[in-house]
Amino acid sequence: MQCENICDTTTLKIMQSELGITGKKESKLRHNIHVFLCIACLNLLSFLLDCPGTSSDQAGKSSACQGCPNQSICASGATKAPDPAIEEIKQKMTSVKHKILVLSGKGGVGKSTFSAHLSHALASDSSKEVALLDVDICGPSIPKIMGLEGEQVHQSGSGWSPVYVEDNLAVMSIGFLLSSPDDAVIWRGPKKNGMIKQFLRDVDWGEVDYLIVDTPPGTSDEHLSIVQYLSGAGIDGAVIITTPQEVSLQDVRKEIRFCKKVNLPILGVIENMSGFVCPKCKNTSQIFPPTTGGAQRMCEELNLPLLGRIPLDPRIGKSCDEGKSFLTEVPDSPAAAAYQSIVQKIRDYCASHSASDVSC
Amino acid sequence: MRKGNLDQVKHVLLVLSGKGGVGKSTITTELALAFRHAGKKVGILDVDLCGPSIPRMLSVGKPEVHQCDSGWVPVYADPQQQQQLALMSIAFLLEDSDEAVIWRGPKKTALIGQFVSDVAWGELDILLVDTPPGTSDEHLAVLENLRKHRVDGAVLVTTPQAVSTGDVRREITFCKKTNLKILGIVENMSGFVCPHCSECSNIFSKGGGEELAKLTGSAFLGSVPLDPLLTESLEEGRDFLQAFPESSTFTAISHIANTLLNSLNA
Repeated sequence: MQCENICDTTTLKIMQSELGITGKKESKLRHNIHVFLCIACLNLLSFLLDCPGTSSDQAGKSSACQGCPNQSICASGATKAPDPAIEEIKQKMTSVKHKILVLSGKGGVGKSTFSAHLSHALASDSSKEVALLDVDICGPSIPKIMGLEGEQVHQSGSGWSPVYVEDNLAVMSIGFLLSSPDDAVIWRGPKKNGMIKQFLRDVDWGEVDYLIVDTPPGTSDEHLSIVQYLSGAGIDGAVIITTPQEVSLQDVRKEIRFCKKVNLPILGVIENMSGFVCPKCKNTSQIFPPTTGGAQRMCEELNLPLLGRIPLDPRIGKSCDEGKSFLTEVPDSPAAAAYQSIVQKIRDYCASHSASDVSC
Repeated sequence: MRKGNLDQVKHVLLVLSGKGGVGKSTITTELALAFRHAGKKVGILDVDLCGPSIPRMLSVGKPEVHQCDSGWVPVYADPQQQQQLALMSIAFLLEDSDEAVIWRGPKKTALIGQFVSDVAWGELDILLVDTPPGTSDEHLAVLENLRKHRVDGAVLVTTPQAVSTGDVRREITFCKKTNLKILGIVENMSGFVCPHCSECSNIFSKGGGEELAKLTGSAFLGSVPLDPLLTESLEEGRDFLQAFPESSTFTAISHIANTLLNSLNA
């Protein structure tokens, strides 16, 4: 009872002063908050409110900070100083013309497959220098898909050398730092953060026209880190991958919200695994059915460009497993044509935008 | 911190994969439904904080989470019935289902700790824990908080192709390093039978899961085919096992569920 009274007063104060919530929304939020009675309640309330950000004036001091394991560090002011790595990375990235993130809220929709093939397609113009950075620390697929399993990175005076697939296509992944395919990277957020910082600051990319960044699913450490560390250098935008079904789209909508929250422009959305044409009878089956209208309806609702739809083709997975480019293996397939059309849209976008026009 | 909320939970089973999108949430949901059909009281703890899929797959909507003396009351996916299927997910705590949970590791770790300890599961035969892909904060948080309670083991889900099994090998290492018993490997999306002409296409290759099991000395629990009827059922939150008991997918899932039930009771 006593606890309930304390919570009521506290939650009321918080709602009124920080959230500006009144009326119907207040009672719904109040109910949800009311669940979290007793000492733990303020800890849990902080999960409903946003972290003010480690560099904010409210860092460590906001009601949202109570119960956060990092509260005392933030309150001491240590986190407010800008990370010097951001400026170092900005300097490093002056030789990189365009930076594109490949994102999805959902796992297994084809981010790595698309990142790899986008890189191959851009590098097919031998006058362009392309770099592919894999920041999926726990599940680095890029080395296998690019046919670079077993390669190691080397250190030189100017930093880490990426691994070259072609003369004009360089790749970096934590996969190259592991000695065995069974090695697990069992790292918590801060360590993953540090690795991503090193990838951006210490890899000697050289002069690059396109830097493609492949990400793991979600909206967590890796995503925050890549956006934060590239905040000085600027990102041209993000390509969002989804599959047609609502179970994917519901996660992808969250990713889109993430992009908006961190001011990351969205080039467009790609609907992957969009139908399967049976090689025998040529009928189409919707293996991942667009029960809520697929990416098309979502793009209409959110006013985003639909860059294209890529059908399911068993030869894509096979090429990835073999480390070959599907675009070279089966160039005449409908899936390859879809890829090329999407890549051209990305080229056009980059040609008409500059990362320095955008601040994250 | 509530003590004893897991005391009446007989078995805890994690569903893991190094790889995203292989069907962890699908397999968790189908196993839960299969166990329930076998008369068991089942709970699902969804610790995928960034992409919680289970509530939609069980069509539970956006109910409010209530409290009792022991902690948070889980949401029951079958209110008309005897509360045989309990569920907890961050999805229930978000007012706007499109809102992104943009949290770094420590915050995720703290909430998962509370999910494990402060949900009043009551009496359960089996608690299934659905996880996001990877080997990071969420997985460590779950295991650390379950340390006081026995964990029967983990089911690893993969799709057949090498890009998947490559990640799942790392998850196997994670299990070995954390002393988490591997109950077996499920190969999902294993072949697609065209509904028009019955031709089988191996869209995501075939056999990789079984090979991985042999390579790593793990049990192979079985293969589940790519089935648009299953995907559609999950989209709409329908019980696939009740709707399509004649399908080969039903047979595959039932076999896996029975194998697991036998190994849990052994």
